[in-house]
Amino acid sequence: MKRVDHVKASRAFIADEKHIQFHDKRLWVLRTLRDQAAHSIPEWEELRSLASGIKEHTLTHLADYLEEFERNATNNGVIVHWAKDAEEHNRIVHEILSSHSAKTLVKSKSMLTEECEMREYLEARGITVVETDLGERIQQLDHQRPAHIVVPAVHKLASDVARVFSKTLGTDPDNSDVHYLAEAQRDATRPLILNAEAGMTGCNFAVAETGGITVCTNEGNADLSANVPPLHIASIGIEKVIPKLEHLGVFIRMLSRSALGSPITQYTSHFRGPRKGAEMHFVLVDNGRSARLAMDDFWYSLKCIRCGACMNTCPVYRRSSGLSYGGVYSGPIGAIINPTFDLKKYSALPFASTMNGSCTNVCPVRINIHEQIYKWRQIVAEKHELPFVKKEAMKVAGKVLSEPKLYRAAIKAADTAVAKLPRAFIYNPFNAWGKQREVPDAPEQTFRDWYLKNRKAK
Amino acid sequence: MSSRNAILASLRAAQRTPATLPDVPMFDAGLPPALDRFKETFAGMGGIWAEMPVDGDIDALIRARFLDAKVICSAVPEVTGTRRIEQVRDPHELNDVDVGVVRPRFAVAETGSIWLSEVQYQVNSLGYLSQHLVALLDPADIIGNLHHAYHRSDFFDANYAVLMSGPSATADIEGVLIRGAQGTRSLTVIPVPRTVA
Repeated sequence: MKRVDHVKASRAFIADEKHIQFHDKRLWVLRTLRDQAAHSIPEWEELRSLASGIKEHTLTHLADYLEEFERNATNNGVIVHWAKDAEEHNRIVHEILSSHSAKTLVKSKSMLTEECEMREYLEARGITVVETDLGERIQQLDHQRPAHIVVPAVHKLASDVARVFSKTLGTDPDNSDVHYLAEAQRDATRPLILNAEAGMTGCNFAVAETGGITVCTNEGNADLSANVPPLHIASIGIEKVIPKLEHLGVFIRMLSRSALGSPITQYTSHFRGPRKGAEMHFVLVDNGRSARLAMDDFWYSLKCIRCGACMNTCPVYRRSSGLSYGGVYSGPIGAIINPTFDLKKYSALPFASTMNGSCTNVCPVRINIHEQIYKWRQIVAEKHELPFVKKEAMKVAGKVLSEPKLYRAAIKAADTAVAKLPRAFIYNPFNAWGKQREVPDAPEQTFRDWYLKNRKAK
Repeated sequence: MSSRNAILASLRAAQRTPATLPDVPMFDAGLPPALDRFKETFAGMGGIWAEMPVDGDIDALIRARFLDAKVICSAVPEVTGTRRIEQVRDPHELNDVDVGVVRPRFAVAETGSIWLSEVQYQVNSLGYLSQHLVALLDPADIIGNLHHAYHRSDFFDANYAVLMSGPSATADIEGVLIRGAQGTRSLTVIPVPRTVA
């Protein structure tokens, strides 16, 4: 696997002022709305602790709860499948579709099916897969991964969507009116939903007690996909299980408030059994999750409810966009999840962070994201996955920082350099800190000089 | 070994120290009056509140609010409409519906949500293929918050249940809010007490 170079991948996006400015602002708006929603609930911090506690309890009893979930779902008339990896998941889905002679699958958004690269698998076998979420559909038609967990096309401007839709849906390439574009997608998708032999949804929460799943959308596209065709398949990550129905109260209160700042998604849908005359299948997928549960430092990331709050608050994510992370998951949560799949490929991602800890502070299930990022950095360094320049720079830094005399000399030299050297020298290609930002003016006096003058004498 | 047993075995092999399950309070001390709160949050989610007409003619009210509507499909006894849901056999048949009419089992003040299942819909696609949806809600059916909602037994009886909070919406292109992304373009609630309990 080729190593993802986050810095290089983000360069094109950073070079385009219009895109990066909109992206940064839009995501900060979501973060601000999240804050307003959270502050309007006095018990918010208590809810975070409860959510974390419920998830922790479930993960430490996961096998038992999965068995309970399977038992109840089966009793409700659902056919339950188990898949150890992406390949098995895709094969099971394909077998279900084949046995129904299904040619078209309409689906709502699912990060798990992205993880499994299911669309590519099914399309190679003659099945048309239609993403029905607007943002996800834009990304599908543009042959790109979702750039964000909640708002998949947030890195695009309306003019980009107009370009994609003009080529694929036949819209006017010069018309970037958002209402026009959204209506075009609605009109194009509706017949596909009506003609589909099968529908698919992901799963936000699977309740062991009821054997049912909960799916949250704002467009109602999961409800259309599941309630119109005669066959409903749901792909479920095994970490999505929670023990009881009453626990949904905690998670649903926080999910959309954390994601978009709204009190709830427009549609919070609960699927427990097939409609009369219809069929329902649940595919429970491991794909690396049980291995992650065994990792002492990283199993906590399995608590994630995919709200995207950590992405919206992250200054690195907001200024580099999701695609530059080169994986299914991006932002801070991507920086800690992707390396569990492939450390070599994603070894750059734990460095796409300022370590400000904001991700941890907004996380509704209290995942210690920035601590895990730090842990991954240590592992990357130990396994010698650091790029040469970073490694050599760290060696020099280690030496300088361990010897006070050397450190003082270096600081003095650097201060003089910033003040005296020409711009071209400071902003040379080897100084990553000089890209897209100004190096601050050097203080007139170092702390040590000030201390010697003002304190030592007394 | 089957994948099922292999997955369960590796989860058990991970041997995480068992954590206890916390108790979840109802968080219902000092909740605002349910009806006022519902109206406020429902409007915030893009829902429309329409008062009951003085003469009690809900059919006329719906026709007046949706002048171009040709097909009005009713799943409630209070509204005649142009089509009865009982006549519908297949979910696809509802694609031509301009206005669907339903009565939610209950509503949630905190989130401005109405609760519907296959019992209320009779054909679930009524809530999604219809261009517009009208819900008759008894103000006495509004409960305080989601914790109360998720303590109701209704969830255990329904194969399908939704908490619907306003119309279908998206802000996927440049953050511009669109109502009527894929499903209904509007959701109107009319306060109508239940005639039979």
